[in-house]
Amino acid sequence: MDISLINSYNEQDSSCHRIDARAKFIFTLLFILCIILTPPDNWSAYIAYFITIISLISLARLPGRYVLKRSLIVMPFVLMLAIFIPFFKEGEIAGSYNIRSWNLTVTYDGIQVMTNLLIKAWLSMLGLIWLTSTTKTNDLFHALGRLHLPQVLVMILSFMYRYIFVIIDEMMRMKQARDSRNFGGGKLWQLRTIGNMIGTLFIRSYERSERVYAAMISRGFDGQTRTLDNLNFRRSDIFFIITLVIILAAINIVNLLVLN
Amino acid sequence: MEEIIRINNLSFSYPDGRKVLENIFLSVQRNETIGLIGPNGAGKSTLLLHLNGILRTSAAVQVLGKEINKNNLRWIRARVGLVFQNPDDQLFSPTVFDDVAFGPINMGYSRTEVFQAVKHALKEVGMEEFEQRSPHHLSLGEKKRIAIATVLSMNPEILVFDEPTSNLDPRGRWSLIRLFQKLSATKVIATHDLELVQALCQRTIILNHGQIVADDTTTKILSDMQLLKNNGLAFEEIP
Ligand SMILES: Nc1ncnc2c1ncn2[C@@H]1O[C@H](COP(=O)(O)OP(=O)(O)OP(=O)(O)O)[C@@H](O)[C@H]1O
Ligand SMILES: [Mg+2]
Repeated sequence: MDISLINSYNEQDSSCHRIDARAKFIFTLLFILCIILTPPDNWSAYIAYFITIISLISLARLPGRYVLKRSLIVMPFVLMLAIFIPFFKEGEIAGSYNIRSWNLTVTYDGIQVMTNLLIKAWLSMLGLIWLTSTTKTNDLFHALGRLHLPQVLVMILSFMYRYIFVIIDEMMRMKQARDSRNFGGGKLWQLRTIGNMIGTLFIRSYERSERVYAAMISRGFDGQTRTLDNLNFRRSDIFFIITLVIILAAINIVNLLVLN
Repeated sequence: MEEIIRINNLSFSYPDGRKVLENIFLSVQRNETIGLIGPNGAGKSTLLLHLNGILRTSAAVQVLGKEINKNNLRWIRARVGLVFQNPDDQLFSPTVFDDVAFGPINMGYSRTEVFQAVKHALKEVGMEEFEQRSPHHLSLGEKKRIAIATVLSMNPEILVFDEPTSNLDPRGRWSLIRLFQKLSATKVIATHDLELVQALCQRTIILNHGQIVADDTTTKILSDMQLLKNNGLAFEEIP
């Protein structure tokens, strides 16, 4: 796994990087919400969303290749869900196939819903990539806390972020140890080895959690989470959020007018 | 001299029932530096966990004249800074700053006090520029220093270290030893590093099978080859 892919541009500087994490988080949330609520046949709105997010991405000076690569990561999963829609949606039939005794029909409506789902997912991904590539990860956690997401959740997220690297390292070491002892044998044997490795990883992580907890209570942790951050909402952040909310609203209003 | 830790007949077994500590008596004076040595599995780490009440079975441990109990745990932990062996266990926050600030924030310091404490602690371990870095990209030596800073920021009177120099290269070890020399608190150091013991500790305790085998000046203990050999702490001659 290419760990450098997890975050590589959020330490840079640009006008987008300097915006308060809360403003960016709220915008991204609204952006995704608008996308989800836009009807499938409303192409002009999707183009407008696309232009908005692409402008933001170029404002943040994120390389296109990197953004494209990351945005495509989730697409296989979305496709797996969406691929069945054309077969089940009722409507005008685009084609039908007979495979053995099955009769599969594909409808235009179904194809449209599927494409729409893919586009929605991709645009939302672009929004999230913009957010995570312009915001330092711990600022994002602080922002979530300040926006009153339950502290326990914020803490779980931040632990996940902190220890994913440690656990990946551990997995790599185990894999090397396995490979250097000549991992061969039949399929079943291989599966068993992998099962054992996962089990070991789980137990080690569990034991680590006990030690981490001991380190936490050693420093006065009592279940209450308290944090300090440097977030402050400046005038430029207010300006940013107002501008973009207006843009999102305009897209939706124009489309309402056009539709009626 | 002022007695800062007193252990009066401490015995302890883990839930699986095996006795790990047996009849431990120990008294630590203020400003002493004590080396705690002994073979793997002797119970060193287990003993250290008793010093700030992480493990607590009987009222055998007294810190600054007070028995450790539920009500004074916070007070005790602000005074006894425990640095764990593996810095990946000690450093659990997204940034170095957050980690070093964790103790002071929990102690209820004000915002400016927290910033001051963090700055001061990082300066003491020579890591001022690392505030905004994330722990997972640091080298082991850097991680160990930051781990020490996370307890120094609470300004404890007693520092307890579990194998501080393990896995470090010689230069890293010596720079850590020099750092310890500068720290003014009372120190208890569990280690396999006899050079460190020689350089830092006036007094040394040997623990084996959960019992204190020897408790004397470092000079005496390190020159007693038979004693060291009996406890798996010196080279065996190859026949
Ligand atoms: N959480 C636990 N549950 C059960 N037994 C444990 C636990 N932790 C340690 N032990 C056992 O207690 C004994 C003492 O362990 P401890 O870690 O205190 O030794 P140590 O002197 O620190 O050794 P090392 O030098 O290897 O770090 C060992 O036999 C160990 O297997
Ligand atoms: Mg140990």
